[in-house]
Amino acid sequence: MNTDYLHITAVDLGIAASLILVNVAISLALRLELEVRWLIAGLRTVVQLVLIGYILEWVFNLRHWTLVLFILTVMTLIAGRVSSRRSPLAYPGMAMDGLLSVWVSAWLVTAFALLVVLRVEPALDPKYAIPLMGIVLGNVLSGVALGVERVTEELQTRRDQVEMLLSLGATRWEAFRAPAQQAVHAGMIPVINSLTVVGIVNLPGVMTGQVLAGQTPEQAIRYQIVIMFLISAASGLGTMCAVLLTYRRLFSADHRFCYWRLVPRPGK
Amino acid sequence: MPAAAAPLLAAIEVARRDPLSGRLLLQPFSLDVFAGDRIVLTGPTGSGKSLLLRSLALIDPVEGGGITLQGKAVHGDDVPGFRAKVAYLRQRPAMLEGTVESNLRIPFSIAAHAHRRFERDKAVRLLAAVGEGPAFMAKLARDLSGGETQLVALIRVLQLDPCVLLLDEPTSALDHDTTLAVEGVLNTWLDALPMRALVMVTHSATQAARMGRRLLRMEGGVLSGAGRAAPAP
Repeated sequence: MNTDYLHITAVDLGIAASLILVNVAISLALRLELEVRWLIAGLRTVVQLVLIGYILEWVFNLRHWTLVLFILTVMTLIAGRVSSRRSPLAYPGMAMDGLLSVWVSAWLVTAFALLVVLRVEPALDPKYAIPLMGIVLGNVLSGVALGVERVTEELQTRRDQVEMLLSLGATRWEAFRAPAQQAVHAGMIPVINSLTVVGIVNLPGVMTGQVLAGQTPEQAIRYQIVIMFLISAASGLGTMCAVLLTYRRLFSADHRFCYWRLVPRPGK
Repeated sequence: MPAAAAPLLAAIEVARRDPLSGRLLLQPFSLDVFAGDRIVLTGPTGSGKSLLLRSLALIDPVEGGGITLQGKAVHGDDVPGFRAKVAYLRQRPAMLEGTVESNLRIPFSIAAHAHRRFERDKAVRLLAAVGEGPAFMAKLARDLSGGETQLVALIRVLQLDPCVLLLDEPTSALDHDTTLAVEGVLNTWLDALPMRALVMVTHSATQAARMGRRLLRMEGGVLSGAGRAAPAP
């Protein structure tokens, strides 16, 4: 596999890192006052990735399933926390709903990939489980964030229409249907777009990485195809979970729209 | 005839609180609406008249003894069926994208009205009674004036033969003649069947005099003139 694979030395890394000076120069020339932020961001990239590299190497060598499970859980908790933060509108329990949506959809899809598609032995082999979960989480995260943001916004701006439907005798589900459709639709469009243009407009990171690391393009695209479908299912599931959980929080059993639970997030 | 003494719609010691601050917006009130009732509710702006209608329609969360329809308490999955019979109309009604006709068709896509079919003739007849010709059906909802929106919304519920109408200033954006025409349509609807009743909010004293058989007053969240009264003769 690694026949024509070029090793990157510390010196090579240093040369690549010096490219950040391009951005620093632009910032200085245009007085963007972003120089310090560029340098800090660059430093963070190096430190974070080096740390992750050490952790992964340690986990890969240990190959203990409890440790892998623990790492997957931490990754999920972080993604879940971020997932509901972007929405300008919030409701009580939103953070919990975001975490639940991310957790359920990412773990279902990753489990499917490991157990059914790739049939990895053992299933929690860190070499497969951790990168796959990472890719799936990243996409679930944006699906959930988009879904929550859109459904709360729809409900807020269409409150009159929702209440009109309820007044006419619509069930809470009938009143929720149009905003829910809008939100799930919005959550799915970016994924459809990326499925449509993949390979033409961009070569995805995983495939690029494998090719650079010496894998044949033919094998690399197989992995990429699997990943594209994992991403689709995961973000679709995540969006839908998030929208359905919002429904549960914002509509009462008496078929009432609890609009007062929807409040602007402080600081947004 | 069902038991004459039982109210058609009743609120029993119902109160409405602001869910966030906990402040009492409507002091506990009881109200019996009998078959044939024509109740007019007046009071200063912001006194809670709309809140009372929204509470009666169970759109807003209420505390206390709850709402009954023909003696039966309404909650949970009874609510959509209840709202299909007890129609609440806000002062500035909401329309969906589309034409007047597509807006008049909305209720028929709802399960609570699944047993009905849209009758175009009936809608045209009702529109004619308030002074709108058949071409009005094709007008886009977004091009409607405030008054026209009120007419479409009223006809949207009237075509469903509700048994109680809870109307929040239904003619506030209409000229005098159209207002009288709407009142005529409401009277026709009330006289057609005995088991019907009207609760209407208005700021117009003359409209209150024309339409009201019972006058209620709302002031600072306190309803007066209501109580669990005997039916009007």
